[in-house]
Amino acid sequence: MGFGRVMLGKTANGLYWMCRYLERAETTARLVHTAYRISLTRSNNLQEQWVSVMKTAGMDDLFRAHNGNSVVDNSINWMLRSSRNPSSVLSSVSQARSNARLVRTALTAIVWAAINRAFIDIKQKLSRRVSERNLPEVLELISDRIRSINGAIEGTMLRNEIFNFMRLGTFIERADSTARIIDVRYYVLLPSLNAVGSSLDNVQWDIILRSISAKGGFRMEYGSSAGAREITEFLVLKKTMPRSLNFCVSKLRQNLHYLQTEQAKHTPAFQKAIQIEENYMGFTTEALFKFGLHEYIQKIIASLIDLSSQIEADFRFHN
Amino acid sequence: MDRTVFFDEMNTDGFQVRKPYENYNDWLSKQTAKELSRKNRQAEELFRLAGITFNVYGRSEAKERLIPFDIIPRIISGSEWNRLCRGLRQRVGAINAFLYDIYHSQEIIKAGRIPRQMVSNNKAFLPQMLRHTPPGSIYTHISGIDLVRTGNDDFYVLEDNVRTPSGVSYMLENRETMLHMFPELFTKNKVQPVENYPSDLLRTLISSAPDGSDGTPTVAVLTPGIYNSAYYEHAFLADHMGVELVEASDLSVVDGNVAMRTIRGYKKIDVLYRRVDDAYLDPLNFKPDSQLGLPGLFDIYKSGRITIANAPGTGIADDKSIYSFMPEIIEFYTGEPMLLKNVPTWRCSDTDSLHYVLSNLSNLVVKEVHGSGGYGMLVGPAASKKELAQFEAKLRAKPDNYIAQPTLSLSTVPTLAKSGLAPRHVDLRPFVLMAPDKIKITSGGLTRVALKKGSLVVNSSQGGGTKDTWVLEE
Repeated sequence: MGFGRVMLGKTANGLYWMCRYLERAETTARLVHTAYRISLTRSNNLQEQWVSVMKTAGMDDLFRAHNGNSVVDNSINWMLRSSRNPSSVLSSVSQARSNARLVRTALTAIVWAAINRAFIDIKQKLSRRVSERNLPEVLELISDRIRSINGAIEGTMLRNEIFNFMRLGTFIERADSTARIIDVRYYVLLPSLNAVGSSLDNVQWDIILRSISAKGGFRMEYGSSAGAREITEFLVLKKTMPRSLNFCVSKLRQNLHYLQTEQAKHTPAFQKAIQIEENYMGFTTEALFKFGLHEYIQKIIASLIDLSSQIEADFRFHN
Repeated sequence: MDRTVFFDEMNTDGFQVRKPYENYNDWLSKQTAKELSRKNRQAEELFRLAGITFNVYGRSEAKERLIPFDIIPRIISGSEWNRLCRGLRQRVGAINAFLYDIYHSQEIIKAGRIPRQMVSNNKAFLPQMLRHTPPGSIYTHISGIDLVRTGNDDFYVLEDNVRTPSGVSYMLENRETMLHMFPELFTKNKVQPVENYPSDLLRTLISSAPDGSDGTPTVAVLTPGIYNSAYYEHAFLADHMGVELVEASDLSVVDGNVAMRTIRGYKKIDVLYRRVDDAYLDPLNFKPDSQLGLPGLFDIYKSGRITIANAPGTGIADDKSIYSFMPEIIEFYTGEPMLLKNVPTWRCSDTDSLHYVLSNLSNLVVKEVHGSGGYGMLVGPAASKKELAQFEAKLRAKPDNYIAQPTLSLSTVPTLAKSGLAPRHVDLRPFVLMAPDKIKITSGGLTRVALKKGSLVVNSSQGGGTKDTWVLEE
């Protein structure tokens, strides 16, 4: 920041969480889209698909507690608009906006207006129950408004510490959600189960790729006959894939490096990011399966949680 | 109530347009009603998207609301403005001198111009401030003086706000909105700019830093937080001054200084522009359960290591019972007669006055001495029999709590109502900045307008709106 200003710890915290919640809103909306799409074209067991998608988002237990057995219609509303679901699109967007208000002075007027507008429009759109019929339109509005925010951030924010904290929030959340999406379905990616006759027709693979917005990119990179091994490689290790774990971790490391340079002293968070990269991102796909996909993902999720607390401590988010 | 003829600032007697409005009126007469209401909706949309909101107290859930904005400007000529400015400078200068005196040798009481109990029994008097001299002897860095107009040459001060006056962000945003929507108007009318307010404020705050602050003093804005009714304004001012917006949870006492927690540890603050009331500033010295302040802040202030703007204890000067002594106060400290008029005021603590007020209740406006925001006030002519009776009981129970004033015929300005243009009552809050070396007044202010037909209550919490205020070049 200019003129000898140093950012408040609270501001860093607000920027970080603003972007985590924005990313979370986008992920939840994408998961709804995936479930909806699969339910239209693929599945004869709708209930199961929805429950499994909510499991991906870590929302299944809370959902059952509140909704009992009526699944399809309720799950759409639970994921999009329920105020009792802290990760619903509406909860996430309003949390993002609260944080944006808190850090209003660190944002450009254009970014603030984009977030405020997203909140106003999404809240209005989600003020009534969403039916299957108007779901596509609702999802389109959500993703359009979030894209506008990201465009405003990209186009108007200075590339300084403010931006670094925003990126940390985005990539921690993104890495976490990619890891969880893999974790819930890791067994369908195990080579032994899919040795013969696999193709992208496999509905489980389809769900995974769509959940991570990776279907088109995957096809571009591997063609359409590839299988579980390639999917795993793509989502975990591929450096060109913006939602892969490797990509997210390298972004975390870069942003932490910049912050450490500005801080002019050693920060443990940067060291931790380097460790995650060195310990887990140098794997080959073979080595990864040998290590155990499930164990691997569990370790990543735990290291991300640890990294997040280290960031909060290093940059005095709370005290 | 008699059918009163109100002074309309645009159309004096219904057919002649007053001079400051001539140019604007030429433009206005060419606009269709449909176009005007389209522009009005567009303005509302701009405010909504920019998130220019205030929170309403007393609701179950803290809700953000928009203050209605009216697109018809309120226009003041350069010469009218200059006259007002002379009065404002005199008044704010005298208020600051009064505060210094009250917290030091109390000459004005010794001279018998103000009864001692007006000060010593006053809730807003802070004995802890006695014998303390704030940096540069400035108490009222920021003042908002509420003015009303009743005729061509008749301006009255309705009240002085020298604690934490708000509304300046609306003055600035209203102008931005007008520039955006009606650029053509600003080429035809020479309107004095208001946009320098944030840099003037920053300069005022920096020049009031304690002696011995090394380098450029660090300024911060202290807000109670995002649920405060004026949070938008707190963020707006910090943003436009380029300083940090802090809450109590960001502050700590480090090496005997007030410091804020940054990503690189604690950083000393030299000047705190606080938007938190006196009572909440420091739980060790004032309200012990305050979550909005910093324990020990007041002790550091008294040791001279930080400037608090406005100074604690300024409330003694804008209290509604002190208001009635303003002619004496101004004369005592400036040696001149008061330039801006005061509204005649009955202090209900006085038995004769109370008697008069009770027998004329339906013609008077009664206000709580410590009230603000239009709460707890009675507008006699508009009140029902039941309301009058209730207020009479309150007055008898606690006469000291109230003052009464005649119902003023507030001027009107054309305003866009559902049925088209209609006169609505307005007031004006100019903002005065006081630094040790000079007083600076932004050419403009916040015009508040009572949107309900016939209503005289302009407060945003009571359904009032705002207008852009134009001060023309001379």
